[in-house]
Amino acid sequence: MADVQELRRSPLVNRTQEMEQASGSAVSIREVRFTTQVGLRAEPGTPGYVALATHLGGLPERVGDVVGDVDTTAVLWLSPDEFLAVNEPDSGLAETLTDVLGDHSGQVLELSANRAFIEISGPASELVLRKSCPLDLHPRTWKVNQAYATEIAQTPVILWKVNEFTWRIAPRTSFADHVVSWLLDAMLEFSHREV
Amino acid sequence: MMLIDCPYCGPRNETEFGYGGEAHVAYPEDPYALSDAKWAEFLFYRDNPKGDFAERWVHNGGCRKWFNAVRDTITYQFKATYPAGSPRPNVSGGSQ
Repeated sequence: MADVQELRRSPLVNRTQEMEQASGSAVSIREVRFTTQVGLRAEPGTPGYVALATHLGGLPERVGDVVGDVDTTAVLWLSPDEFLAVNEPDSGLAETLTDVLGDHSGQVLELSANRAFIEISGPASELVLRKSCPLDLHPRTWKVNQAYATEIAQTPVILWKVNEFTWRIAPRTSFADHVVSWLLDAMLEFSHREV
Repeated sequence: MMLIDCPYCGPRNETEFGYGGEAHVAYPEDPYALSDAKWAEFLFYRDNPKGDFAERWVHNGGCRKWFNAVRDTITYQFKATYPAGSPRPNVSGGSQ
């Protein structure tokens, strides 16, 4: 039987070369492929919430908060009772968390195919994003390892600042192609050597 | 662009929000006991005040939660926003 993992295609596989060519020292772009994404729903204070929070080392409590970080497992705040856990490919996180939740009320949903992750990094990355994001991206407001649901390229995305010069943008997979086209266009002016 | 203060996400652009009509319209305790006229009144009849009005709003572009807001229908000013299920707050300084 064919290995299914071998057959899967990431949503932006067709744009790989384009993204490589557009990347430079000021700003670069790539797709982060096949991340594991798990949707969590639990009302704060309920046994299900406590079980998930204990296992994950806490759950984010207010808008923008992220528990964990990009190198391990990160849990992003989506709403007071909804969270998105993200980590490396094929981690089996959904199965683990389903066991953790057990029979308590709440939800653990495997959503890995829901969103594409685009990583944009480099000193000019904030300038690129500023062109089309309505939120304030300035470091005084948006700290490292904070994530907000917002809009980029007129598309709803989750925008996550993973470190000082690196952002991850998570649009739904069907919008990923459009978001990449938009970002490549926005990056164009930074691809030239400064005069 | 108007800013609306989502109780969970803070101030965001109005384009991220959707409108949901009058707030605090309670579901009838015994719908079967209502006459057709009373049922229609519950379904379709809404206040249309000049001044402060408690309304339901949804933050589509962020936390996707419904919440309530007291808005002045003359000036469009949002006087208060509060989570769904909480009682309507008293806001002072109503319009004339």
